[in-house]
Order: sequence, then structure tokens, then C-alpha cells
Amino acid sequence: MTDGTDHEPTPIEVANFDDPHLQVAAVDPERAERAIAVYFFIGMVGMGVFGAAYWQNWKPWTLGLSLGVGLFFIGFGLSAWGKYLMPQGPFTEARHALHSSLAERDAIAAALTERTGVVVRRRSMLLGLLGAGLGIFGIAGLGFPLLRSLGPLPGKAMTKTNWRKGSLLVDANGRAIHRDEIDPGGLVTVFPAGYENNDATLAIDQTVLIRAQTGPLVTEPGRATWAPDGYVAYSKLCTHAGCPVGLYEKELRLLVCPCHQSMFNIDNGAVPQFGPAPRPLPQLPLYIDESGFLRSQSGFDQPVGPGYFER
Amino acid sequence: MSPVPIPRTKREATQARGPYGRVGQIIGELDDRLGVAKGGRTFLDKIFPDHWSFMLGEIALYSFVVLIATGIFLTLYYEPSQTQLIYHGAYVPLRGQRVTAAYASTVDLSFSVRAGLLMRQMHHWAADVFLGAIVIHMARIFFTGAFRKPRELNWTIGLTLLILSMTNGFIGYSLPDDLISGTGLRILFSIVLSIPFVGTYIAFFLFGGNYPGTIIIDRLYIIHVLILPAIIAGLIGAHLFLLVRQKHTQFPGGGRTEENVVGSPMYPTFMAKTTGYLFMVTAAITLLGGLAQINPIWQFGQYQPDKISYAVQPDWYMGWLDGALRIMPSWEFTGFGHTIPFVVLLPAVVFPGLIFTLCYAWPAIERRFTGDNEIHHLLDRPRDRPKRTAAGAAMIALMFVLLGASATDVLANFFQVPLNEVLWTFRILVLVVPPLVGIFVWRICIEMQGGGADIGKRKRAVLMSRSATGEYTTVPTAPQPDDEHEELEPIPVPVHIELEPSGNGSDDSGVRTVTR
Repeated sequence: MTDGTDHEPTPIEVANFDDPHLQVAAVDPERAERAIAVYFFIGMVGMGVFGAAYWQNWKPWTLGLSLGVGLFFIGFGLSAWGKYLMPQGPFTEARHALHSSLAERDAIAAALTERTGVVVRRRSMLLGLLGAGLGIFGIAGLGFPLLRSLGPLPGKAMTKTNWRKGSLLVDANGRAIHRDEIDPGGLVTVFPAGYENNDATLAIDQTVLIRAQTGPLVTEPGRATWAPDGYVAYSKLCTHAGCPVGLYEKELRLLVCPCHQSMFNIDNGAVPQFGPAPRPLPQLPLYIDESGFLRSQSGFDQPVGPGYFER
Repeated sequence: MSPVPIPRTKREATQARGPYGRVGQIIGELDDRLGVAKGGRTFLDKIFPDHWSFMLGEIALYSFVVLIATGIFLTLYYEPSQTQLIYHGAYVPLRGQRVTAAYASTVDLSFSVRAGLLMRQMHHWAADVFLGAIVIHMARIFFTGAFRKPRELNWTIGLTLLILSMTNGFIGYSLPDDLISGTGLRILFSIVLSIPFVGTYIAFFLFGGNYPGTIIIDRLYIIHVLILPAIIAGLIGAHLFLLVRQKHTQFPGGGRTEENVVGSPMYPTFMAKTTGYLFMVTAAITLLGGLAQINPIWQFGQYQPDKISYAVQPDWYMGWLDGALRIMPSWEFTGFGHTIPFVVLLPAVVFPGLIFTLCYAWPAIERRFTGDNEIHHLLDRPRDRPKRTAAGAAMIALMFVLLGASATDVLANFFQVPLNEVLWTFRILVLVVPPLVGIFVWRICIEMQGGGADIGKRKRAVLMSRSATGEYTTVPTAPQPDDEHEELEPIPVPVHIELEPSGNGSDDSGVRTVTR
């Protein structure tokens, strides 16, 4: 390059221009050039409008429209330039086999085998100790502590809620629920008093309280006292995938989960009537205290929410 | 090479540059240090096939570029934190409400940062386009047999890219901490819980405790903006490196053989076309982001664990998993003091695991059944491999049925039919449609192979005659000499390309001699 020689003309066989694929601009090149110029100009205008829109803080859609139009016509012009005014070929490139010669393959295989053989045969105890050390480091030094420090062990966390014997039912604003307050067909999400403002606990404690009717409701044998005055309470966590069972079909007396459409019949202990939920929603036993407010007789008699191995 | 004197005057400098001026000088300096001339020239000559289906992967690549660019913009304003605060920002209806910093910062970057809404919507649209392009690109690779030896490794990398991108898409969708994305996280927690033996522990480690915890948004953020993008970018690099190393596949015909690659050279033709294409893909995403609203989180509201919205659907690429969750029968095993919720475990863990394992194993499966261990650079036409084409079509059909199943509630509402019937329809369709589609496609492939399969590209030779009453009849016939598809002999890449030929003024031989 820099020595100033070797610039003699070298004849090279190229480009049969009769080949239709190689004709530069099968269309009229000047027409193509004019068209591309127009595309680039529109692109320029689009970019200019985008700049103005950004500067003047116009509505977001004007930003998107102007930038999109600008980008599109610049790109369209560039592609058209490539398609109509640049050589199209077909050109070829030879494809060479990627593999090496058999001798070269044998050479590397032999080197690997022989050298490894020397190492392993003579020093197998050292290798074993090295492997054991690295393995212990991986498990006891890296893997386990890293994983373990990410979070606490589950322990009893999955089985506990904050519902206790005598817990006062309150709504999201902390208001207690009086026995005369809800008409039949009404529904409110309730929490044990004192836990209604805490995301961590209300995720587990959330319970739907439905006034099913005016008289007591017996959802299952043995639950005669659980729904006084027709107030029935179920865990709001779907037993399928844990979504809040937030819809209530008043006419059908069904609780519906909006995520995967499991439906629970409130009259028979929230047995799933439809959809993927495998278990009934746990029922919270209620009573009405002497001032007429709703309280829980106890906590839930089983873990709430979706299934898990230790359940 | 003799020592090169350092030029002292302007004249000497000009002389030293040689006949190619500054370009020659820069190349020379670079080549002295890095040895770029030979490889660089080969790179300029790299041939890209012109078939349209080769640009599907480019759409994916360029939407990834848009994702990175818009994503960097978003990181400047987004605050990955579940810290509770009272909203005082730009969106008036939300003022005074209790929100998290993540949600508040996402709403504010949409409303009070200039072009923020455009960037956020472009980011979301780019993710949807990215995943769509990957899937369609993979379908092309699959149906044309481009995954065969020697390209199995690149199929594996591509599939890994799909899985990582799906994961990162889901995580990104969760970051705004709005009502719908939070519900998605709740379902994720339940899915992890369903894994026997270790599920509860993994869930607690992932979320830093029982759901919802206080740290999941922070963790998802660093996975979303650093860990997964770095892995994805690295794998894209490996994907492209293998593509250059192994060179492109191509369809047979037109002088294309196992020993060559036919198409346009890297420079200038392909570079101009593909850069233009980068701009056009970006333009499409910009227009979507500017004109088509996506994920208006201020309408959904802040996520609260006891709140839920109607018609909760994930982004389209997670729809098949949601559909599988919906139509699964409610099986749960209880015994020996343990519970295994098959109703979640099978559709959300085992099923995608099987699907992706099948995809990973497909090149090996096909090699085993066909006994074909040859190196292939020429692509198959899908009709010529009826069983593979049928298998791929059945898989796509399965995915579409499941995607439809993720909208059971919307469909029931729209068509005013009972949800129960919609659900049972999909339970039947998911078993019936894939085999039917497979058999149908297999049959069509066989049909299409018949007759004039070897004539031209798409033509089937017929003799056409017209009766006295004006009725036309066609009779299939043997190939005629004129039916042959025009075979264009490709030519080696020229060193010197004349950009403005004067008419067709070549010499008599039709071969032009140019000087270098």
C-alpha cells in the first residue's frame, strides 16, 4: 500500500451487463434517483416536524407520527437506493467446508488424549481433591448461601393468617361491619382489624363477606353457626392460582375468579362449580358480638390460597 | 516490508497515501496494527441471499435495537421500588392516592417527561414485535429445514433467545406495578409454589418471603435491565457469528448449489437495504407507539393484593400458557401429608417444559428418524418434507388454540354464550385441532408434490383447449422445454462495479474488462 508499487492494471473478469439482474436500475435510473430524492425529502420534513413537535411539546401522537414518517421515508429511500441503484447480482461466494483435515483432527485428539492421560494417570488423587474442594466451594460456599440469603425459609408462613378468635371484621378503611349494614346480595372485602393497611398481611388475610340472605346460612354440616344472619365469609384467595376472587354473581350465588374463571357456590361451602380451581375456598366462621358487629369465631381451619407441596 | 519514512511535507504525505488517498492511508494504518485488509475485503464481499424470508430475523434484530434504545430512556426515569407514597404527580385523578414508587414513576414518565409516553409505548410495542418476529423467523427456519447439520447449535441458541426474551417480556410487563401486572406476579408465585419438593422454597427465595414481599420489583428490575439483556445480547452476537462463519442457507435453483452462496454483497447493496430496513422497522414501532395505545396503566390503577380487574390477559406471547392454565381440569393430588396441584403444575411448568424440550431436541429427533447426517446448505421446500411440515403446522395450531383459550371470558361475553360451553369447546379443540391440522397439511404437501413438481417454480404445465361452445378445459401435461424456469447463472463478486453503464455497451463477448 505505502510502497508505491504494485498499482499496475490487473484485468479482472466481471459483470456481464447484459444480465438483467445486473442492470443498474432496471427502471430508468434517473427516475429512480428522483423518486429516492423525494423519499429522503419527505423523511427530512418528518424529522423536522418531529423536532418542532418535541421543542413545542405537542401531543404525544404528533411526536410518534412525525418521527415514524421521518424514519420510514429515510429507510424506504435507503432501501430503494440499494434495490434500484446498486448492483444486484446475482453474485456468488464460494462456500468452503468448515472442517479441518483428518490429520489435523487426529493431531488435536491425540494431544488431548495423551496430555490428559499423563495428568490423570499420575495424579488422580490430586485431581480428586481439587474436584472435591471446588465442589464444596460451589455448594457450601456459593450456591447454598447465595440462595439461602435471598429469602427466609417458608416455615409456617403459608399456613398462618392473622384471623384469630374474636377478630373484628373491618373493611379496607378500617370500619367495622354492623349486622344491619349490608343488604342481602351485598359484598365487602374484609380484614382482621389492625391489618387492613398492610400489603404484606392483607395479601393473605383478605376475605370476602357476603350477605347471602337474612336468616342464618348452613353451608355444610357442622357449620351451623358459621354464617349468622346470612353473613358468610370465604377466603378471597383463589385455590387455583391465588388471584383475588373478586366477582360475585348475585343471581347465581357464585363467586367468580376473573383470572381463570373458577366459580364457587357460596351456598354449599364454596365448592368449585366450574373452572380449574381444585378445592373449595376456606370458610371463616363468624359470630355477631353484643354490639352487633361481625367477628370471627376462629381463624381458617386450613391454609388459604393455591396448593403447594407442604400443604 | 521496507521501513516507511514518516512524511514531513504535505506533498510527501499525499504521495505516501498512494492512489486511494485517505481511505488507502487509513486502511494501511489499521492493517499495520490489526491486519484488517484481507478479512475486511472478505467481509465486504459477504453474500446475503435475496429471498424475502431472510429478513424475518432482521425484524427481530432491529426491534431489539429499538428495545435497547427506548429501554435506556426509560431507566432514566423509572424507580424500581415498592416504597409506598402518596401520589402528587402529573396525573390529576391519581393525586392523593397511596401508590408505590414504581407505579408513580411509570405514570409520571408517561405524562410529565417529554416524549416519555411515546418511548414507553414504543418499548412495549417493540417487545411484542420482537417476540413475534422471533417466532415467525423460527417457523421459517423450521419449515425449510435450516436447522439441519451444521446449524443445530444456532437453532439451540435461537430457541434460548426466544425463552429468555419471553421471560424478559413478562418481567418488563410486571415492572409498572399496576393492577394487571401485579396479578400476573401473583399467578407466577402460585406457579412456582406448585413445583413439588422445592417450589415453596424457590418462591420464598425469589420474592424474599411470602407473597407479595417488598423486594420483588427491585429484583425483577435488575434482571430486566442488566442480567437478561446482557445474556440476550451475547447470544445474539453468537447467533450472528455462527451465521457469518457457516454462511447463509439458500433455496435451490437459479444457480444456487451446496457449494456457493448467491445474492447481494454486504457492501454496498445489502448494507443500504438493511440499514433502510432498520429505519423502516423502527418507523413501524414508532408509529405503533405514537398512534396505538398500549398498556394504559393509569386506567388500571395501582396494584393492591386484594384488588382485581375483569378480563385479565397477559401479553400475546404468554397467552398460550394462560390458556393452558384455564382449560386444565381441576386435578390435585393430596396424600402422604403433601399436596401436588397438577392443575397448575402440568399446564404452567410441565407443559412448557415439554414443548421447549421438543423444540430443542427436534434436530436430533429428525436426524434419528431420517438417518440424515449430511451437511445441508440448500433449504427444503416445506411440501417436500410433509411430515416435518405437518408437525410444525400441528404445533402452531396447538399454540393458536391455547391463545384463543386465554380469552374464554372475552369470547363468552362477546358472543353471549355460556362460559361453560366456551371452556368445553376449547378443551375439545386443543385435543382435536392439532392432529387434524397436521393430517390436513400432510395431505396438502403430498398433493402439491404431485404433477409438475419439478417444473419451474410454481407452475404446473397444462394443455389448455377451448371447445366450440367456449368452454375451457385443462389437461396436465409433461414438462415442455419452454416451461423451464429461467436459470440465471450467478457470477463472482466483481472487484470493480460500474455504477453507470452507458446503455448495454459491453464488448462483443458480453464480458467487461475493468482495471483496478
